[in-house]
Amino acid sequence: MQNLEEFRKEVKEWLNDNCPKSMRAGANPSIPIDEVWGGRKAEYKNPESKLWLDRMGAKGWTMPTVSKEYGGGGLTAEEVTILNQEMFAIGAKGPLLSFGIWMLAPVLLEYGTEEQKKEHLPKIIKGEIRWCQGYSEPGSGSDLASLATKAEDNGDHFIVNGQKVWTSYADKADWIFALVRTGPKEPKHDGISFLLIDMETAGVSTKPITLISGKSPFCETFFDDVKVPKENLIGQQNAGWAIAKALLQHERAFLSSFGLASSMGSGRDLVSIAKKHIGEEDGKISNGFYRSQITAHKIKEHAFGLTLKRAKDEGGKASATASMFKLYGSEHNKRRHELMIAATGINGVAWDGDEFDKKDKDLTRAWLRTKGNSIEGGTSEVQLNVISKRVLGLPS
Amino acid sequence: MKLILTEEQEFLRDTARDFARERTPVTHFRSLRDNKDENLWDKDIWQEMVNLGWSGILIPEEFGGSDFGVAGISVILQECGKTLTPSPLFSTGVLGAYAISNFGTKEQKEKYLPKIVSGEITTALAVDESSHHDPSKTLFKAEQKASNFLLNGKKTFVIDGASADIFIVLARTSGNSGDLAGLTLFVVESSIDGIKKIKLDMADSRNYANIEFNNVECSNEDILGALESGGETVERILDIGRIAMSAEMLGNAESAFETTIEYLKQRKQFGVVIGTFQALQHRAAEMFCEIELTKSAVMAAIHGADENSNELQRLSSLAKTIAGETLNLVSNEAIQMHGGIGVTDEYDLGFFIKRSRVAEQIFGSSTYHTERYANLSGF
Repeated sequence: MQNLEEFRKEVKEWLNDNCPKSMRAGANPSIPIDEVWGGRKAEYKNPESKLWLDRMGAKGWTMPTVSKEYGGGGLTAEEVTILNQEMFAIGAKGPLLSFGIWMLAPVLLEYGTEEQKKEHLPKIIKGEIRWCQGYSEPGSGSDLASLATKAEDNGDHFIVNGQKVWTSYADKADWIFALVRTGPKEPKHDGISFLLIDMETAGVSTKPITLISGKSPFCETFFDDVKVPKENLIGQQNAGWAIAKALLQHERAFLSSFGLASSMGSGRDLVSIAKKHIGEEDGKISNGFYRSQITAHKIKEHAFGLTLKRAKDEGGKASATASMFKLYGSEHNKRRHELMIAATGINGVAWDGDEFDKKDKDLTRAWLRTKGNSIEGGTSEVQLNVISKRVLGLPS
Repeated sequence: MKLILTEEQEFLRDTARDFARERTPVTHFRSLRDNKDENLWDKDIWQEMVNLGWSGILIPEEFGGSDFGVAGISVILQECGKTLTPSPLFSTGVLGAYAISNFGTKEQKEKYLPKIVSGEITTALAVDESSHHDPSKTLFKAEQKASNFLLNGKKTFVIDGASADIFIVLARTSGNSGDLAGLTLFVVESSIDGIKKIKLDMADSRNYANIEFNNVECSNEDILGALESGGETVERILDIGRIAMSAEMLGNAESAFETTIEYLKQRKQFGVVIGTFQALQHRAAEMFCEIELTKSAVMAAIHGADENSNELQRLSSLAKTIAGETLNLVSNEAIQMHGGIGVTDEYDLGFFIKRSRVAEQIFGSSTYHTERYANLSGF
């Protein structure tokens, strides 16, 4: 306990000395806020964003529990709690957003060789290398294991050919972790390998995808005779599917830690929108039909929120119902946006120009973006399959 | 507020589960219905429930109860709901016990509570007067004559009203239809002059009655709570009742759902079990999710009641709305997924759909509570 109090004191002092003022709550609002993803191509509007990342990265506190030999903070769970509390106390901004931290690093720690951990983890932790995820393909969506991007064994290296899709931020990333087919003759789950590929290698190219909502972070990524050294293979050749699934669990864990419903789309309040655009009589939304539709939705959201809380209070049982949370989180979000644009009327389908408010134009785009919610990360239909088979035990 | 049960509540639930399985499986209800039992609940079974202490769960220890709270009685009702156990537990152990324990005078408590605990009397709450629940529209009159009141009017859909010894009746002492103000609750013994009970035969084959009051005399001592505060008082009693009924409805839904999933795993058509069909799997998965949401709403409401939450009214309307919608969904789907056998009287599922629609009407349908939720939320 003495040690923990000592640690708290050190953390407090270090943060006080090292966390730039613009990275704390109450910073001058005129200083631009960077969304810091790190990497070789990173650009910073505020140099203090970079300074804060470098300082936290050097301490290994972007992944505080990882051991120091891999560049982590080497902290215990109790010490991490203290670090979080002290950062929260001064309103310190998180220094780094990173698919490397959320998805790849946990998998490297479990499946990587000593050399691979030493090579890649420190760069993830310092934010020097930005990673993207190469999973889906044009022909492999829900049926991911049917993926066709092939990696041919060519002695000390693989030759990779194929295409990935929905690779978020591939145009800004330095490396990609990709699922490739190394065993074309094996059953589909037994011919997949987990490969790390430097995006600067000759033959790798990316192209951004424009969604129905406009610009997006999604890209297509192409591999044309890309030479990848064998040392970049994680785990055994043709044994990548287990790693792929482990990584998906980490992905879901970080997605749910963001709180699905609130992080997706517009956070505007449905009832105030309805009162503003439809009208208000005696404090009520003046159109009874809209009011009942909105209420029915609000009741469902209330019960869903209580269900998230109950799962937390029950502790640990959440994994059985993770599919339900994904399903309802995305379906409710879609419904909420449908009700928002309906309540906003003509302005709810505004696209461009000075005649419309920015927030209404943003709402139109947010509504369109939610259409992807029930597709990305496993479609609603896949979630229903999982519930009926794994939870209810219905036969295949 | 943690949305889990305490050990004590889990114990009550397990006891009730065993009791319902062993003493009151659905065949028990079926035989009462088939034999046109006078009360539509069994006196000996009720006495067994009383002996387990269930009629006294909402009654303070000084009057012989256990004071285990709304969560305690609700988990029991949920288990009873799984086997459609008919008994006066809701009318007496929830409504009567709660009303008198919380709003009764010292004399009323001493007079009635020990008798509820011992099973000597059952009670009924008489609120509704028309086909749609709305306490504010009460017209039933209590006219002051010197120090007495004369009660006149007709109450309908009084749960266990055909057999109750005591009525708690909502009457208008002033004001007009639509006002919750001007209402007063009276405790009246059902045997006194001027009271006529007319049995109602409802789809769920439970005990209901219309009650006519013809110049029934009451005194100041018979008022439950204060004169003219009956609107607020009855709303509180009703909310506890709505929450407990939601728990029973959740039990109904869980049971019909479980039966259906078992059937999907056994019934073969086209040479395969029908549970392999995705058209049925997805609908089953949706029912599972709706039941999970209902569990959470009921859990929040029962704890909200025991913790005297300032959200109690909203949680009560939330629970009653969701429980009603979920039970309607599940009882409909259960029948459809069973096919022909689901619509036969010989099979038990019909009891569930009949019970579901009557239970939905008890103290406000899902539509009523959706509207109430909207009003309470400022939508």
